[in-house]
Amino acid sequence: MADDILYDLKNISKKFVKGKETITVFDDLNMSIARGDFLAIMGPSGSGKTTLLNMLGGVDQPSSGEVHFDGKRVDTLSETQLAAWRANNIGFIFQFYNLMPMLNAQRNVELPLLLTRLGSAQRKKSVAAALELVSLSDRAKHMPKEMSGGQQQRVAIARALVSDPKLLLCDEPTGDLDRQTADEILSMLQLLNRDYGKTIVMVTHDPAAAKYAKRTLHLDKGEFVEKDLAA
Amino acid sequence: MKDLYLVFKNLTRKPLRLFLTVFATFIAFMIFGTLGAFQQALNSGVELSADDRLVTINKINFTQPLPIAYVNRIRALDDIESATHLNWFGGYYQEARNQMGMFAVDPETFLVVYDELLMTDEEKTLWLGNRQGLIAGESIAANFGWKVGDRVPVNSNIFSQRDGSTVWDFDVVAIYTGEDEQTDTNSVYFHYEYFNETQSFGGDNIGFVGIKTDDPSKNESVIKAVDDMFVNSSAETETVPEKAFNKAFLDQIGNLGLILTSVILAAFFVILVIVGNSMILSIRERTGEIGVMKTLGFTSSRIFRMVLSESLLLALLGGTLGIVASGALAEAVNQAPIQLPTLVIGQSIWVQALLFMIGLGLITGIVPATNALRLNIITALSRD
Repeated sequence: MADDILYDLKNISKKFVKGKETITVFDDLNMSIARGDFLAIMGPSGSGKTTLLNMLGGVDQPSSGEVHFDGKRVDTLSETQLAAWRANNIGFIFQFYNLMPMLNAQRNVELPLLLTRLGSAQRKKSVAAALELVSLSDRAKHMPKEMSGGQQQRVAIARALVSDPKLLLCDEPTGDLDRQTADEILSMLQLLNRDYGKTIVMVTHDPAAAKYAKRTLHLDKGEFVEKDLAA
Repeated sequence: MKDLYLVFKNLTRKPLRLFLTVFATFIAFMIFGTLGAFQQALNSGVELSADDRLVTINKINFTQPLPIAYVNRIRALDDIESATHLNWFGGYYQEARNQMGMFAVDPETFLVVYDELLMTDEEKTLWLGNRQGLIAGESIAANFGWKVGDRVPVNSNIFSQRDGSTVWDFDVVAIYTGEDEQTDTNSVYFHYEYFNETQSFGGDNIGFVGIKTDDPSKNESVIKAVDDMFVNSSAETETVPEKAFNKAFLDQIGNLGLILTSVILAAFFVILVIVGNSMILSIRERTGEIGVMKTLGFTSSRIFRMVLSESLLLALLGGTLGIVASGALAEAVNQAPIQLPTLVIGQSIWVQALLFMIGLGLITGIVPATNALRLNIITALSRD
């Protein structure tokens, strides 16, 4: 059903010009992501997975082709329009958490809400709910440097969730964590997908992490192969 | 307003750097405020000059005397409300370094021509009735600890009495104030008659004539009439508007305005380099964070405004502290027993300082803000 498709990439190509050389990352790539999907993208370095994630997040544009999100074309949006689109639709989770070091957990989580019209009281309420969801209510006033890597990543997840985006994009979300903490984070992502219906796309090198996803796409030289892990 | 908290947190994230940058700005604006006040105080003599007042001096130069008889001849001319005469006394109190602007004057006409010096009618009467009476400005009286009723000995480094003494005794009969905050209250005036009768040489001569015309529009004709009257005499005169006289006097010290402006500009140039460099470094260190903010949906223009607000806030913080400190410094200088014009950090200095703060904030912030504006998200995140 077309209504079930959140993201649709049609005939995407991406080329970089480096000196006199033109590097082709993707050529005629097609891809669909259904609502409620939890997709892992794996592949060797240079396979194009980060470039793909950047395009899905609207921070990079394809050289040609069409990108449709929630039925609307987004590859033609201006930089300012894309910024607003990202704020409304995408939650980002990075490998190194990328929290603002001068803000406490609460203020970090509040950042995306500064881009909305919500008042201070409503923002506080949403932040409290997001921190509650990642079991960090008691750390609301803590600075990032006062928290462990796992806790910081949970704050980052709360930040990604707080504005209730349609899609969560995770770039190696457990790449900087030990196995046990990584499992906790991945379980949390799984829970968000399963119980809250969040659509998640995760780039990872780690096959163990990919197992938490519903399906995995292996990307190699700009082309990928689907492998259903949920089956 | 929502971004103000972020701007504040960015500004205060490195307290030592913030302190040093604010301190540098503080010093620059303290210099600006203090020297600005000094410059204004020096210029106040020119700015506060009355438009209807003229000064007649010896054509050779103002150190050469004029015969006292000239005053009555000037008074007899048309369009003159009053004319008075003043004589530089070269007075100092107790020690030679305690010099002051001290003049022997004709009290009655002096108070008419120089009506910006304020005192009560009772004090005026006292002065007119006491040949040894002296009136002192409130600044100089405060410096020397004089009060009404004191009898003070004053030395002259030019004149001596007939008995050889260089000391004259005076009764302090009034402490005058100024009509304006910057009216000179560092001067002292006493009876010419007392001076003329006791001095050992140069009797019946005066230093210069102060003329008050009926109307400033009559100045030109009065100037011509006065100078024409004494042409080809043994002491030819040169009459000029008081404003021009004071300005010429000030210019003799040198182009103080240029010197002070140069010092201020040098201070600002140094601050521009220090604060500008600090801001560029500060924003470069935050490349990754700016990339993250843009990824979250903060527009480039919003980040540009935030960076610019940060540099503006920095300049306003250091600048305001600097001007407040210069106010305190000016007050301390005014209270100190040294003879300087009254320093006032007035509205015009505040307005100029505010404009400089905004200018400094914009200039030091524009490069890092533009860098942040142009920063590509992918480049920023890969550099982090």
